Amino acid sequence: MSDDGLDKKNTRLAVKLVLFAAMMFGFGYALVPLYNVLCDLVGQNAKVETVAKQETAFQPEQNREVTMEFLTSLNRSVPMAFKAETPSLKVHPGQYYSVGFYAKNLSDRRLKVRAVATYSPGQVKDYVTKVICFCELEQIFEPNEEKNMTVRLVVDPKLPERYKTITLSYTFFEITENSEN
Amino acid sequence: MTAVVAEHDDHHDHHDHGPEKGILRWIITTNHKDIGTLYLVFALAMFFVGGTMALIIRSELFEPGLQFVDPNFFNSMTTMHALVMVFGAVMPAFVGLANWMIPMMIGAPDMALPRMNNMSFWMLVAGVLLLASTLFMEGGAPAAGWTLYPPLVLQTGKAFPFAIFSVHMLGISSIMGAINVIATIFNMRAPGMTLMKMPLFVWTWLITAFLLIAIMPVFAGAVTMLLTDKFFDTSFFDAAGGGDPVLYQHIFWFFGHPEVYVMILPTFGVASTIIPVFARKPLFGYASMVYATGAIAFLSFIVWSHHMFTVGLPIAGELYFMYATMLIAIPTGVKVFNWTATMWKGSMTFETPMLFSIAFVVLFTMGGFTGLMMSVAPVDFQYHDTYFIVAHFHYTLVPASVFILMAAGYFWLPKWTGNMYNEKIGKLHFWLSAISVNILFFPQHFLGLAGMPRRIPDYAVQFADWNMVSSIGAFIYGFSQLLFVYIVIDTIRGGTGEKVSDEVWEDASKHSLEWTVPSPAPYHTFTTPPEKIPTEHF
Repeated sequence: MSDDGLDKKNTRLAVKLVLFAAMMFGFGYALVPLYNVLCDLVGQNAKVETVAKQETAFQPEQNREVTMEFLTSLNRSVPMAFKAETPSLKVHPGQYYSVGFYAKNLSDRRLKVRAVATYSPGQVKDYVTKVICFCELEQIFEPNEEKNMTVRLVVDPKLPERYKTITLSYTFFEITENSEN
Repeated sequence: MTAVVAEHDDHHDHHDHGPEKGILRWIITTNHKDIGTLYLVFALAMFFVGGTMALIIRSELFEPGLQFVDPNFFNSMTTMHALVMVFGAVMPAFVGLANWMIPMMIGAPDMALPRMNNMSFWMLVAGVLLLASTLFMEGGAPAAGWTLYPPLVLQTGKAFPFAIFSVHMLGISSIMGAINVIATIFNMRAPGMTLMKMPLFVWTWLITAFLLIAIMPVFAGAVTMLLTDKFFDTSFFDAAGGGDPVLYQHIFWFFGHPEVYVMILPTFGVASTIIPVFARKPLFGYASMVYATGAIAFLSFIVWSHHMFTVGLPIAGELYFMYATMLIAIPTGVKVFNWTATMWKGSMTFETPMLFSIAFVVLFTMGGFTGLMMSVAPVDFQYHDTYFIVAHFHYTLVPASVFILMAAGYFWLPKWTGNMYNEKIGKLHFWLSAISVNILFFPQHFLGLAGMPRRIPDYAVQFADWNMVSSIGAFIYGFSQLLFVYIVIDTIRGGTGEKVSDEVWEDASKHSLEWTVPSPAPYHTFTTPPEKIPTEHF
């Protein structure tokens, strides 16, 4: 151990290994964008686009029916009432439908919320297009404010035959305390 | 292990003085043997802390209904039991063995970076104390399981940031330990000790150390993301901000799967060291053991999603992770075959270390087979999050890692202390452990297959009988470990009174260098490199 050359060699190797560890810490963070890319590649990204699309005309398939179900839920006791006016709807692919949603702030404080939409099964998300939605990044509900919201959507006729039922689920997350307190 | 005595030889190098006097010796020591002892004693203490938590869990589950603890505390217990056992007991115990044995096995005078060695031990103590302190905080200790999945873990009370920081400290401690092991093995080997002549314990630790450096930072990153999600408005895992909780599971298991191999690879190494000595044969298939260890380590990085078959992976993903996971059975099978073949036609004797090692080969194989069952994605949907998985990983950890740690204790205690342990009590300890560990964990297979979920304080009445059996096994197993503490203390104080020879076990010096130095091992060994490298083991 009195050997200076050996000490230097040990220190150099230790520095290299520390750098390797630091790189792996970075790799952990790199997994975040990598994950999104991979999920997109395999069509598994359950995250749904947050902006409405332009309305394009499809040829409606009158003799094919797909059941669309609408689920509403509230994350961790958000003080709201939230429901779909029609919980379930038979739709023809290619035809546009409007579905009403009702939400009310049940508290006497101002709520900042965000609705997150997911489809089930996840693979159908590329075949459902929303041209009106309430999936903006954030929404404000004044105390006791009620809102009637509309989602206008169409199921792409290219939807594979094996999908008979599509569930669109909305969850309200409260983001008030994150950005205002 | 106070019996370690200073030996002055005729070198008057400043490293050749004996240990400091008094308590300061243990605080400022940079001697690999002292630090190894500290690690081992600390790990044994934590084994009993984690074990007490396990007994709280098993008491609550002794019969249906809520008996002793409230459900949140119960969940804290499952979480803390796992964290303490993984990061406080099993990993430090192997680091302790590495400190003691690696320099002696490769003919080095000490670890390569002795001061960092001291720091990594005290960092471990600080990390574990910080983790333990969360038990007394408002809202209780973390209760989301050792996997710390969001969003549940974000509901932890005041303890949350403390738990995260303790994970950081434990991570830094293991990374420093790992760097030290790699530097020691790469730079400090005695002349003639080529890589392919190293004892397998050294090989498995080298590979484990690389695993640690690769994965601990990723885990540190994942928990840091949890921390910033909770306090700094990031949304890595928060759906409201566009994040995804499933992402956490991917990052966690990228760490988590290699992490379980961090606990099993050194186990393989010790087993491969002990079995040849008591079979009085060279290890069968030395090179294949090395390659199998490497293969297992590599595969551990590409199979993580088999922990999450039920989150909704694409079919192609399920299939890929299923087949990749099945591949692990091949190198593991090679190892089990080699251990068996080493014993084949050997002149075997059955001292306590060998008994524990044989039990390890049998019981670890059972744990491996249940792992193979769970690798089959479609059937895993039934096993997922049930007691079947609890049974599986406890078979690979308790009668595998813990048994081998006990075996290592019995195997090397005479070398460390210069005294022989009491073989009768050792055998009693073995038989009590081997029988009760099966009473404890085997019924959990039945419970899991019948559908009992893990991490619940109460359960449906049809699970009552096997839970009771399992709890009885737990108490027998837990209390019989006190015998080990007795034996360790007794051996340090003189044991059977029989003076052990340098090689302790018949012909052990043909297998590995540590048996060529005096017993007890002097405070400094191999200040001059050994002249002859044992070749029996490869």
